[in-house]
This record gives sequence, C-alpha cells and structure tokens, in this order.
Amino acid sequence: MSKRVVNILVPLISIVLGLIIGAIVMLISGFNPVDGYIALWNGVFGSSYNMGETVRQITPYVFAGLAVAFAFRTGLFNIGVEGQLIVGWLAAAYVGSAFELPKIIHLPLALLAAAAAGALWAFIPGLLKAKLQVHEVIVTIMMNYIALHVANATISALSDGGDKTEKIHDSASLRSPFFESLTDYSRLHWGFLIALIAVLIMWFILEKTTQGYELKSVGFNQNASEYAGMNVSKNIILAMVISGAFAGLGGAMEGLGTFGNITKMTGFTGIGFDGIAVALLGANQPFGVLLGAILFGGLKNGGLNMPNEAGIPVEIVSIVIALIIFFVASGYIIRVGLDRLSKKKKEGK
Amino acid sequence: MDYVIEMLGIRKQFGDFVANDNITLQLKKGEIHALLGENGAGKSTLMNVLFGLYQPEAGVIKVNGKEVKITDPNKANDLGIGMVHQHFMLVENFTVTENIILGSEPTKMGLVNIRDAAKKVQQLSEKYGLNVDPYAKIEDISVGMQQRVEILKTLYRGAEMLIFDEPTASLTPQEINELIQIMKRLIKEGKSIILITHKLKEIMDVSDRVTIIRKGQGIGTVTTAETNPDQLAEMMVGRQVVFKTEKTTAHPKDVVLNIENLTVQDNRGIDRVKDLSLAVRAGEIVGIAGIDGNGQSELIEAITGLRKVKSGQISLNGKDITGKKPRKITESGIGHIPQDRHKHGLVLDFPIGHNIVLQTYYQSPVSKGGIIDYKRVNSIARNIIEEYDVRTPSEMTQARALSGGNQQKAIIGREINRDPDLLIAALPTRGLDVGAIEFIHKRLIEQRDKGKAVLLISFELDEVMNVSDNIAVIHDGSIIDTVSPKETTEQELGLLMAGHSLGHSKKVGDA
Repeated sequence: MSKRVVNILVPLISIVLGLIIGAIVMLISGFNPVDGYIALWNGVFGSSYNMGETVRQITPYVFAGLAVAFAFRTGLFNIGVEGQLIVGWLAAAYVGSAFELPKIIHLPLALLAAAAAGALWAFIPGLLKAKLQVHEVIVTIMMNYIALHVANATISALSDGGDKTEKIHDSASLRSPFFESLTDYSRLHWGFLIALIAVLIMWFILEKTTQGYELKSVGFNQNASEYAGMNVSKNIILAMVISGAFAGLGGAMEGLGTFGNITKMTGFTGIGFDGIAVALLGANQPFGVLLGAILFGGLKNGGLNMPNEAGIPVEIVSIVIALIIFFVASGYIIRVGLDRLSKKKKEGK
Repeated sequence: MDYVIEMLGIRKQFGDFVANDNITLQLKKGEIHALLGENGAGKSTLMNVLFGLYQPEAGVIKVNGKEVKITDPNKANDLGIGMVHQHFMLVENFTVTENIILGSEPTKMGLVNIRDAAKKVQQLSEKYGLNVDPYAKIEDISVGMQQRVEILKTLYRGAEMLIFDEPTASLTPQEINELIQIMKRLIKEGKSIILITHKLKEIMDVSDRVTIIRKGQGIGTVTTAETNPDQLAEMMVGRQVVFKTEKTTAHPKDVVLNIENLTVQDNRGIDRVKDLSLAVRAGEIVGIAGIDGNGQSELIEAITGLRKVKSGQISLNGKDITGKKPRKITESGIGHIPQDRHKHGLVLDFPIGHNIVLQTYYQSPVSKGGIIDYKRVNSIARNIIEEYDVRTPSEMTQARALSGGNQQKAIIGREINRDPDLLIAALPTRGLDVGAIEFIHKRLIEQRDKGKAVLLISFELDEVMNVSDNIAVIHDGSIIDTVSPKETTEQELGLLMAGHSLGHSKKVGDA
C-alpha cells in the first residue's frame, strides 16, 4: 500500500471505527444511533446558525492547541494553558470595559493585554524551570488553580461583589454584524481570522526565524545548544512566554468575541486541557493543530444538538464524542494493523 | 559439519537500499568469530537479522544444522542466541539480579524470588570469572562491570552462542584486557562467540576466524592466524590503508592558546584541573595524553567557556578569554570537536544540514534580519557533506540516522569550515573505523599545515604518538611533562600517564 493511501485511509478508518463504537454505546443505552448521528451532523452543518457557532467554537481550540504544540516543539510540557487562557480572558474583558478608546487602538490593546497576561502567567513556570530546574508540569498545574481563583476574586472586586464584569465597549469587541447576519445571528466573530493568522505565526516562528531555530535546538538538546553558544535559560523562558501568549489570546476570543465579558467560574473551562489533545491530534504542527481544533470544536458544537433533536442525554453525547476522538488519536494502532494486513497479503502471494 | 550457526546468502533490503547482499557467515562451535567491517558496512543489520529483529529477503539461517526462521528476539533466545549490546539495556536503579531476571522473573507463590535468582547469578558469575555482585545497583558499578552484567543476562537465559556488538567501544584498556580473558573463558566452557568490531588489534588478539563485509557485500572469511592487520584493513576498506599518517616537520610560530595556572572544579566542587599551564602555537599539534578522568574534560570545558574557571588565565591570540561566554569564545576563533558527539556535538533530532550551522545560524549570510535562509543552509551543508565524505541520503536526513563515523565527519567539517585559529579535537576518532580515522588525522594535519593551532585530546597512545608534534602528559589535573613523540616510547608515556615523572622512572629502571 502506498504511503499516500495509508495517510488518507488511517484517519478515515479511525473516524468510522469511532462512529461504530459510539453507535454501540447509544444502542446499549437504548437510543437510536442513526437519529443521534443525524442530530450530530445537523448540529455542525444543519443550518447556517449551527455552522457559525461551530466555527466560533473552533476558534479558542486553535489557540489552546497552538499554545500546547508550541511548548511541545520547544521541549516543554505546558499544562497551564487553561490558567493562561483564563487570565487572558480576564485581561481582555478588563481592558475592553475599563477604557474608552478608538477601535483601532482599543481592540489591539485588549488583544495585547490578553496575550501579555497569558505570557506573564507562563513566564513564572518558565523562569522557575530555567533557573531552578523546577519541573514546569507541577508549576503550571498549580498556576491553573491560582488563575481560576484570582480571576474569580478580581471579577468580584471589579463588579462590586457581582458575579460578572461589565460588558466591553464596542470599540474593543470582535463581534461582527456582518458574520452574524450571514449565519442567522450566531455568535460568529472576527476571532477565527486571528486564529488563522496565529497558525501562520507559529509556523513562521518555528520554521523560518533564527529565534525558532534556537528554541527548537534548546528543546531538543540543551547541552549541544549550550555548546553552540545559545542562552539556554533565555530560550526556555521565551518558549513558555510565547506559548502563554497564544493561550492568552485564546481567552481574548471568549472575552472580546463570544461573551463580551467574564463571568465567575465554578470550575475550569476545559479548553486549555482539550488543547493538549488538539495539539497531539495535530502532531504538534501548526496546520495539524488547525485540523485537530476543527474536529474538536465541530464535535463539541454538533454534540449540543443531540439532546434536543434525538433526545440523547448529554452524558452519552460526551462518551460518544470522546470515543471518536480516542479512535482518531489512536490512528497509530490502525496504521500498524494496516501494515500487518499488507504484509500478510504479500506473504500469501 | 559442526557449525552452530550458519547464515547463508543473506540479503536484507530497506527500500532501494541494500544493507546486506549475499553474506555468508558460519560460526563453528567453540570459536571466536570476528565480524569485521567499516561503520555502516552492514554488520549490525546482519546481526539484527540473526537476532530476529529483521527478516531477510533471501538466504537461509541454520542453527545446529537445522534450518530455522527467527521471527523475533525471543525466538533467538530460545535457540540459544544471546546478544551483548553496544549500548547496554539496563535499568539504572535496579540491582544486577533484578536486571538479569527482568522479563522472566522466577516466582514463588506469586512473588518474585530474588534470592534464588541471585544465587544462580552468583554461580554463573563465579563459573565464568565475571566477578559481579548480584546485589549491586547498576548505577553504582563501572561500565566494564555493567557489560559483564549484560553477558550474565545472556548466560542466565541459557545462551550458547553470544554476539558481542562493539564490546570495547566504551571500555578502558584495562577493562578490554579483562573482557578478552572473559571471552576466552566462555570459549573454554563450550560457548561460541561472534565479535562485531572494526578494531584490527582486537581481532588479531582474540579471534579464530574473521568474516569481512564491505558496503553490504560479503568479502570472505579468513583464518586469523594466516592473516595480518594490513591485509584485513585492505579487505575491509577496499584499498590500502596507511596506519602511520604521513606528515612533515612542524613549523610552530606564535603562541595561539596560552593557559596559565589554570584551576577548574567539577560539579561537586573538587579541583579537577590543578594549576595547569600549557601553550599551543600556530602550526603545531599539541597532543594531551592521559588516562580518562585526569581533568581532560574539565580542561576543554574551561577553555570553551562551558565550565567556570576557579583561578588562572586562558588567552587566545594574546586576548584574555577567561570566563567569557561560549559564544564569545567561539567567535574569537576556537573550533571544538567535542568528546561526546551525541551530547554536545549534534542536535540529533535536527536534519544533519541544520546541524552544520549550529554555531553560525545567527550570522550573515545564513541569517538576515532574524530570518534563516534555509536554502543557503542546505547548500552550505551539501558542500560540507561532499567535501568531508559524509555518507547520508541527503542533508535533510535526521542526524540521528547517520552512523557514528559520518556524524563525526559532519562535525569536523563544520568546525574546520569555520576556519578557527585553534581547533580543539577531543577524542576525534572514538569508535571509528580505520578508514575514517585516517581521514580525520589527515584533516587535523592539514589544519596544522595551514598555520592553525591544534589541541588534540586522546586516550589512544597510537593516536597521540602519530598525530602530535608535541605531547603534553596530563595526570591528576596537571601537565607533568612535555615530550616529543620522536624521542619517547609508548612505555615511557605509559609511565608518565600513570603519574611517574621521567627522572624518577629512570632511576627506578636503573636500580
């Protein structure tokens, strides 16, 4: 079997297998899988509204995936994307509502604030790793909790004990009446274009720039990088900071686009953690992350339609979606299976 | 016939690349059979075929006269074939016994029965004179002993035929001697051995017969007693090899590297270089001879800025470079072939082409305005690959995928191409075959003849004697004497390296 055929066949078989197992789960639980999948399909493509909402859902996943992938590619494991995304969201909502500025300044400023907040949140684990060899996984996990509770406390303080911040001014908003009218008044906003630009930026940094060469080199082999005269500490910190900036921008998508403010949270958004899966699905390649985010966001948003249209409970929907993603992620198993199959054929001849 | 293993007409292909073509190897019972070939000639592929890791496209394998299909390493184990790998497969924080039984743990009522296993390990160790403590932890024992644990592992599993893959690559001369004794004892006890190596001296010392392969082709099998190193080298490389590198007399000029009263500490704060002074002039090769662990690593790291200097001064072309950052030192004109090419020399996950610009990636013309011109990187890489005969499918091949010799040639090409005033070559030929060694020695001498200063650090006496114009002997962190290779002998150097001063040793000899 040629490589090309295998590369196309593997994801297809994975998705079909995921769908089959998901169908079995629905059958066992007493629901009609055909109705369920029709509802899932309609949830993604059924109406222009649903399509708009799907794209909106994909946007923060792209950023979370890029953040995790960038850290991976530079030898770091950033589990703190969730927390960096929350502080980015908070910063964007604050800058969006606290100032009144012309749009050409205000929107970029709010985006910048979100990126800076995410970067700062990632800078701390980066610094601790570079200078004191503290493992970034522990620090970033803890920073997630700190972010969640600091954000909640700040929201309280900003709203005089309320549970959400004021709406941002139009001048900081990513909302687009044009996209909204195009998609039957979904919450689709300009953010997805920024996400596409971010994909290009990550690719550019890693594959084209001198800094990207250094970041990758330090990620692969610190000793050789030191031998080559690179500043290892600086590159570790910078890698975390760039990763955190992507995560912070993911938060801005929610703060400036979808919601226009930030509400107190009882738990994590989950976007940052899903970002790990998105990055791995995309093999830590920027364009792969985009595809991973599309799969994730599509299933998440399409799944919302399954309880309404097919009467399948949310819990079963989550299981079915998780199964599909699981099978896509285990494409390796299928690859090995295909290999065996073609070998057997050869020997049979 | 009493062949225990026969590999007849083996062919193994990877895509279009033929790694093994029509190779025949027959191992007699109770012999040490050497498998000789250059780096990348296909020795490891052939042994992996025997060990069941690869399936051959053509050819027959017979064990004890019966044709067999070895589908995986477990099958090879069952047939009595054991492999002592070059890179040990041991769990560092397990004991010797735990490592040996790993994967086939003997149990008593569901619990691992360590005590009986340890007893068996002890018995085996005594029978073959391996002198291994079954309860010692791997991380606490020497490299030589770790290798003996690998040997025990195969014996414990009942191996009758042992494959040794480049067993001496990481051993000290003394450990090599011990290993040779062990191999002889194994033979005496009725085992048979295949020894993979490219070191001619070892082959002459221990083997009974030699099978030579070159570029994947079986060249033939000869009896060791009826051959000599020159003939073997020629069969291996395909042309005559010069062991003693030709060179003219040196014409040293100004001092390039000057080290005065240098003291350097290791990570634990112990002085490893002690009040050391040394000068290297333009147009000469100074060889540092010494036993491993006498401060050589710390000395190089201090010169290149990778390690802090406690006291003393290092200057290059009259300019003080003590305590400067590695990049500043590199830019001021030092090239460095590091002793550990995987740890320091290469980013193994980068393409080999990207490794060629490891120190110059940020400079014009490779990089402009923060953007790397990868087209130019690749063309620079292609030039070096061609000039230094680096055998790789392309400049985009991962450095990891190249053989050790080709990785080393790429590093040497990279360092010389930067045209440094001082070239530090630390163990530049470690683990390489005679062809590659000859090539590298020529390049070092070429640099000298171009008026560059070369500092060679080596544990191999032949290399120091052959290549250097001056030999500085290091012992316990200090240069204890400087001798000319023309006026000294290996015996004299050996004494110096062991810490005897020359005057003293002569007195002992006279008495």
